[in-house]
Amino acid sequence: MENIHVDGEMRTEVTILDKENMRASHNFWPVMKDGITAAWPICVGYAPIGLAFGVLAQKAGLSPGEIGLMSLLVFAGSAQFIAVSMISGGAAAIPIILTTFTVNLRHLLMSSSLAVHLQRLNAGWLSLYAYGVTDESFAINMTRFREEPWDWRRALVLNHTANLAWLFSTIIGGYGGQFIPAGAFGIDYALPAMFICLLVLQIRGSLYVAVAVIAGLLAVACALFFPGNAYIVAATAAAATIGVFLRKWNGKASKSEETL
Amino acid sequence: MKVDYVLLILGMGIVTYLPRWIPLILLSRRQLPEWLRQWLDFIPVAVLSALILPAVVTTGEPRHLDVFQPAFLVSIPVFIFAWKTRSLAGSVIIGMALFWIAGKFFH
Repeated sequence: MENIHVDGEMRTEVTILDKENMRASHNFWPVMKDGITAAWPICVGYAPIGLAFGVLAQKAGLSPGEIGLMSLLVFAGSAQFIAVSMISGGAAAIPIILTTFTVNLRHLLMSSSLAVHLQRLNAGWLSLYAYGVTDESFAINMTRFREEPWDWRRALVLNHTANLAWLFSTIIGGYGGQFIPAGAFGIDYALPAMFICLLVLQIRGSLYVAVAVIAGLLAVACALFFPGNAYIVAATAAAATIGVFLRKWNGKASKSEETL
Repeated sequence: MKVDYVLLILGMGIVTYLPRWIPLILLSRRQLPEWLRQWLDFIPVAVLSALILPAVVTTGEPRHLDVFQPAFLVSIPVFIFAWKTRSLAGSVIIGMALFWIAGKFFH
């Protein structure tokens, strides 16, 4: 009996040590493995979305090289879709660039939120990190930063793994897209499905549910009354502000929630 | 590659990169006030919700409300699946399959 007891104790010690090692481990391979493992679900989502984008871009008259260049330099799914539909509609460059700017302005809020977890990182790494800030990498990295040993190196590997998946799937879509019929396999729903799960991962208590509901309803109301894409940033900023006041009024109730 | 397209893509890249870059450079080296930290803490949940809900309950140009569209109806089981499993890849696969099936009934 005693031996077994001692054995059990030793085991728990080992696992605690393992966790500490993991937190400290900056070795190349563990960092790569953790980052890529966390990125693969994003890649599964990007593959059909990227193929769908490649198909549309090719039909709008972009060559696979131009599709790849756009995925490399812009790396923002929804903005790329909108730009391509504007190109096929014959829009000029300036309106397309302005639309891209407003659609992607939400990253301003995401990068601000990420900055809390990237303290003391030098400008070079921050500049590389900024390149990979997307809805998906942002949501996954924020969850990881909060819930487990996670650092900027792993987050950076995740960003660039997702980037590669996006780059290749869009180029493949540009080459072979004509063989995939429009709307096949529910391809159009890959992005909403991914966003739904990313939203679920961000909910950490009733206050977050309240902010999500307020943001969603405000966004729908603004989207119905105003053209364009400003509703995303407007509804997000307003709902987060309401959330701060709700937390203030809730006081202790929300504090006990935070520890959950 | 056409020069016009390269310039367009370059412009799109710059206006996308700057909002990603400026807050990281400005905010990562200073102590943020508590209210701002709390505000930023709500950004993920708020921005994802503001992206999804209009996308699945509105259609057309100009946009109008349409709750009985496959995108919204499929969102309900996908939400429940995501809530139970927390699986990103699973949610994407289930969502695509359901949307594909729903499309056959709606057309």
